[in-house]
Amino acid sequence: MIPIDFEYHRPKAITDAIKIYQALTADNKDTVYYGGGTELISRSRLNEITPQAIIDLKNIPECNTFKREAGQIVIGSTVSLTAIADTPLFPLLSNVVRSIAFRTARNKITIGGNLAGDTFYREAILPLLLSDSKVVLAGGKGIRQVEIHEIVGKGMKLAKDEFIVQILINEKYTKYPYFNHKTTKQSKVNYPIVSLASIKVDDRIRIAFSGVCPFPFRLREIEDIMNNSAESPGERARKVIDLLPSAILNDMHASREYREFVLKQSLCKLLEHVERRVS
Amino acid sequence: MENIETGQLIKLTVNEQSKEIYVRNSETLLHTLREKLGLMGVKPGCYNGDCGSCTVLIDGIPINACHILSVEAVGYQIMTIEGLKDQTIPEEFIKNWAIQCGYCTPGFILNSYALVQNNPDADDAAIDEWLESNICRCTGYQEIKESVKNILNVKR
Amino acid sequence: MNSNNFSVVGKSVPRVDIADKASGRTKYTNDLSSPGMLHAKLHISDRAHAMIHSINLKKAWEVSGVRAIITGESFPFPVGPLLADRPPLALKKVRYFGEPIALVVADTEQQAKKAAMLIEVVYEDLPVVNSPSEALKSDTPLIHEDLGSYKVQVKGVYPVPNTNIANLTKIRKGNLEAGWKNSDVKIDSKVSFGPSDHAALETRSARAEIKPSGHVIVHTASQGPFYVRKLLSQFFHIKPGMITVHTPAVGGAFGGKGAVQLEFLAYLASRAVGGKLVNLQNSREEDLMASPVHIGLEARVKLGATQEGKLQAAEIEYLFDGGAYSDTGAGISKAAASDCTGPYSIENVYCDSYCMYTNHPYATSFRGFGHPELTFAIERAMDKLAEKLNMDPLELRLLNAIKPGDTTPTQVHLNASNIGDISACLLRMKEMLNWNPDTQIMKTEDGKIRAKGISCLWKTSSTPPNATAGAVLTFNTDGSVNLSCAAIEVGQGTKTVLAQILAEKMKMAMKDIHVKLEVNTHHDPHQWKTVASSTTYIAGRAVMAAADDAITQLKKIGAVALKCLPDDLEVGNSRVYVKDSPEYGVKITDLAVGYKYPDGNTVGGLVLGEGSYNVRHLTPLDPETGFGKPGPQWAVGVQAVEVEFNPEDFTYRVLKSATVLDAGKVINPQAAIGQMRGGMYMGLSWASRESFIFDGHGKILNPQLRTYDILRSSEIPEYLVDFVETPLVDGPYGARGMGEYGVIGMAGALGNALAKACGTDLYQLPLTHERIWGSMKGGGR
Ligand SMILES: Cc1cc2nc3c(=O)[nH]c(=O)nc-3n(C[C@H](O)[C@H](O)[C@H](O)COP(=O)(O)OP(=O)(O)OC[C@H]3O[C@@H](n4cnc5c(N)ncnc54)[C@H](O)[C@@H]3O)c2cc1C
Ligand code: FES
Ligand code: FES
Repeated sequence: MIPIDFEYHRPKAITDAIKIYQALTADNKDTVYYGGGTELISRSRLNEITPQAIIDLKNIPECNTFKREAGQIVIGSTVSLTAIADTPLFPLLSNVVRSIAFRTARNKITIGGNLAGDTFYREAILPLLLSDSKVVLAGGKGIRQVEIHEIVGKGMKLAKDEFIVQILINEKYTKYPYFNHKTTKQSKVNYPIVSLASIKVDDRIRIAFSGVCPFPFRLREIEDIMNNSAESPGERARKVIDLLPSAILNDMHASREYREFVLKQSLCKLLEHVERRVS
Repeated sequence: MENIETGQLIKLTVNEQSKEIYVRNSETLLHTLREKLGLMGVKPGCYNGDCGSCTVLIDGIPINACHILSVEAVGYQIMTIEGLKDQTIPEEFIKNWAIQCGYCTPGFILNSYALVQNNPDADDAAIDEWLESNICRCTGYQEIKESVKNILNVKR
Repeated sequence: MNSNNFSVVGKSVPRVDIADKASGRTKYTNDLSSPGMLHAKLHISDRAHAMIHSINLKKAWEVSGVRAIITGESFPFPVGPLLADRPPLALKKVRYFGEPIALVVADTEQQAKKAAMLIEVVYEDLPVVNSPSEALKSDTPLIHEDLGSYKVQVKGVYPVPNTNIANLTKIRKGNLEAGWKNSDVKIDSKVSFGPSDHAALETRSARAEIKPSGHVIVHTASQGPFYVRKLLSQFFHIKPGMITVHTPAVGGAFGGKGAVQLEFLAYLASRAVGGKLVNLQNSREEDLMASPVHIGLEARVKLGATQEGKLQAAEIEYLFDGGAYSDTGAGISKAAASDCTGPYSIENVYCDSYCMYTNHPYATSFRGFGHPELTFAIERAMDKLAEKLNMDPLELRLLNAIKPGDTTPTQVHLNASNIGDISACLLRMKEMLNWNPDTQIMKTEDGKIRAKGISCLWKTSSTPPNATAGAVLTFNTDGSVNLSCAAIEVGQGTKTVLAQILAEKMKMAMKDIHVKLEVNTHHDPHQWKTVASSTTYIAGRAVMAAADDAITQLKKIGAVALKCLPDDLEVGNSRVYVKDSPEYGVKITDLAVGYKYPDGNTVGGLVLGEGSYNVRHLTPLDPETGFGKPGPQWAVGVQAVEVEFNPEDFTYRVLKSATVLDAGKVINPQAAIGQMRGGMYMGLSWASRESFIFDGHGKILNPQLRTYDILRSSEIPEYLVDFVETPLVDGPYGARGMGEYGVIGMAGALGNALAKACGTDLYQLPLTHERIWGSMKGGGR
């Protein structure tokens, strides 16, 4: 039961979506883009957000594409996590999104919504950070393509009127060896206390994290450490801890100390896995 | 669809029937199906997308009815337990004692039905992947899993 | 007992409610739609302990459709089943996070919710009492300043004024000093866990209406509609005959729907709008936070035994976390005291069992009523004793298993009927799990450790001494029977089992028995509640009595029809026939509404069978020694768990979980297996992950099923179930009851298995990976 009321728009074209957004905000209406709606519905029913209008992106053809084209994997922002999990065009991405929620929820959650959501986790971002993906955005100033790194920060750095149309992944990244590992508090279906994803590109390990800090991230300094094979996995894991971009989360899912332990374990597991493959 | 209001008259296709109803835009399909269309087989357990008891099929795909707005469902085929004609799954649930209080049952049956339809080759991992969407608090789940396995075996 | 002598009892006949449930057509409380019905929503506290400085309703009243708003002042009197200590809406202060403060009635649910959210409460925070041991300290603030003035509703509850003790039950059996003297080996063991939840999939809901005649009609998802009626009558001074409580199907209960809470509120809501029908349904968050929960416990168990392992002494302290109000928590602490030692024969037993007030949500009955909790404490202690004695844990239990001739902690003498056979259960389990010293801990090839843990269990019903049930039979013109009985079908299969008992007794086919599934206090005979695994026994006996009554009447009219004496006749196969020449008979069809002669004259009238049963000879416990009889019989069992533990990352999986229960007679084997599996699952889920998480201020951080972890289908173990049948002489066909038992030993068995695998003491629930990691940081195996 959502106690508030809002307008609902379901445009069929990118330009319409933007026009509607502009008209609504000109009218001073608090307007949000709507993907799967799982977060928007849950937060509205708890009165945590009170949008006055929503713009459902699911009828926009560009947002629904999911294909391999000209050396790229193109994923529309409203493609469901289930579709991505079931179609392994980018197997690492499929694996990572398969560990989010449970299947019925994944039928509804969209990748755009997961990226732009307001949780700490946004796990679908991890493979995109690793593959230096590009993101197609649409907004008042038209359509632009940006590097994922430009817009992923503690939240998503989008202009207010912008929405994610597509994600573009260079196909070569789908062929590298990969690894992912998610640890939850206890039940498999839960938010991660540590979620790692990694690929090995030209002998260099790339790694991205969720659940460790209050936002997902990938850091060059951490990768430098991880790639220093002169050091033991345990030593490297210890050094990574010092380079994290914020204090390790300490919440009801796990204490800071335990998360640190799990993180070290996961890093060692990853290194063991990756380096065993090579030797 | 022109809508500057916070509610509208919509047409939903539910259990192969077209239904014309007035809904608030912020109304979930769970609410509409139960309170406006009297389809009480759609069971609320959490209203938050966490338990699977309100599962319905949208174009054959299981969706938690509490996590979809009614206005979003326009243009799709909605199926609730009341519209399930194929009785194979319910019969198998009965045979295997997969029902106790019965509250999770409609959600489980629809999810199992979609699994069997969409993935007749499902192995144990796939069955787990599908069924973990639903909480049952009474049975130990084994009976439910067995029901699904039996049907898949027969189908093969 | 030879089940071959029975035609229906002991057979896995399909559930009587199954067709409707499988098609989603069964109606639960909130599925009854009623045009014009108003909706109520709660405003709940976001403080755990605070004075209510003021409540501002102005903005809430501005929402369109709002018809009434009520607060604690609308009914400023405490209610409660054992001790009246809880105002239906918080009065002057709040005592737990989530406590209902105000209630809005509006035309639609949306309007009610919108308005409820707009209510503004100004609080003055008070220090929060976070645990029962903290609550017991003399310098801890009082949660109920007026405890001394609260009215005790039921004999045998002993609150201690000017403390946070809602109840203290003492057990003093034998001579503890002598016990210690005879003990060569002693152990001292502690366990603890916080409150958790029943989390039945159907959230609680209630509706109420007050007719112009003054007749109050309540529809509610309850395990005790007659109990609801009793409490409504008691606290609102309405004659019981003027109250009708109706309970349709119930979507799981597990004890949580035995408590009366929303019913009071729905009644007050209806009263505030001139008696109109008002609906109040919990959201999941409210069901978890505002409504009563599964009790927490801090326990200390000291055991003493001879070198050979014979138990000599037990000194036990149970500190139950009853939360902000006592509800049945006071009864739970008493029940736990009565069975405090687990099913072991011990001559010298001291136990102090407290129900403590804390600033947690208040507790009510949970499947097992104090026993899953006490069993975790006792069974961990038994394993520690076994370790110290260097004895096989199963052999230690066999040596001390309580048996006929022994006495319980409350000094009830056990005989061959009133207690099941624990030794037989242990031996069966030993076989089933291939239990021997070499297989209890094993290393797998990939470096994991497999370990088995075991737990015994027992439980008596702790029913009030006047717990009763009735049954009424009416006959249809096709010769079939309608059974009306107020046992509530919460999923456990009680209506099927009662129908089986009736079919067996009447020698009828199941298809000719129609059980009324819904319960209505206006039509159905009185029944205490459907709790305590006591329904098969109490209601079963009522059904048998009703069947006897109907048989007598059928024979009486049959005798007229067949021109013989009633004693010459037998009833069976929907006929009344002459014993020695069964071909001479008359169909029940032709007797049920009177026997009609060819000329139309009719004799006999309607056949109406009635029967009832009362538990008997129960006595309250003596306040100083606990001497008394808390229940008619003890069902017993043994449970075990096999885990696979990964010493590298401290995670584990449960591979197997097993139950052997002495259920007296198993009336419906498949239903019984389902009860055991479901119980094991619930017990494992609780023991491994379920718990409320509080911040330091008593705020619940996980009030949703997304963060209140529950075991899902991909994580279940292999279940093994078997039964031993030691008949209860006066149980229906020897049956004892079983609804709660599957859950009781799981935490103990899991804790014991994991402690073995880790080589460290594990004393807190839930047994999460983090907790194991935490307790192994200091070493372990
Ligand atoms: C039971 C359950 C468990 C979950 N567990 C996890 C987990 O472990 N890990 C994890 O990462 N997630 C998890 N999630 C998912 C997460 O919490 C969100 O619900 C989900 O990612 C939101 O996706 P959506 O498509 O439904 O987004 P919406 O609810 O539609 O939107 C979410 C936000 O994104 C914005 N938005 C949506 N689409 C776009 C777009 N195309 N462009 C710009 N902005 C957009 C919206 O305005 C809104 O602010 C879980 C969800 C559920 C229900
Ligand atoms: S009610 Fe929809 S998932 Fe729980
Ligand atoms: S049968 Fe009760 S919740 Fe599944």
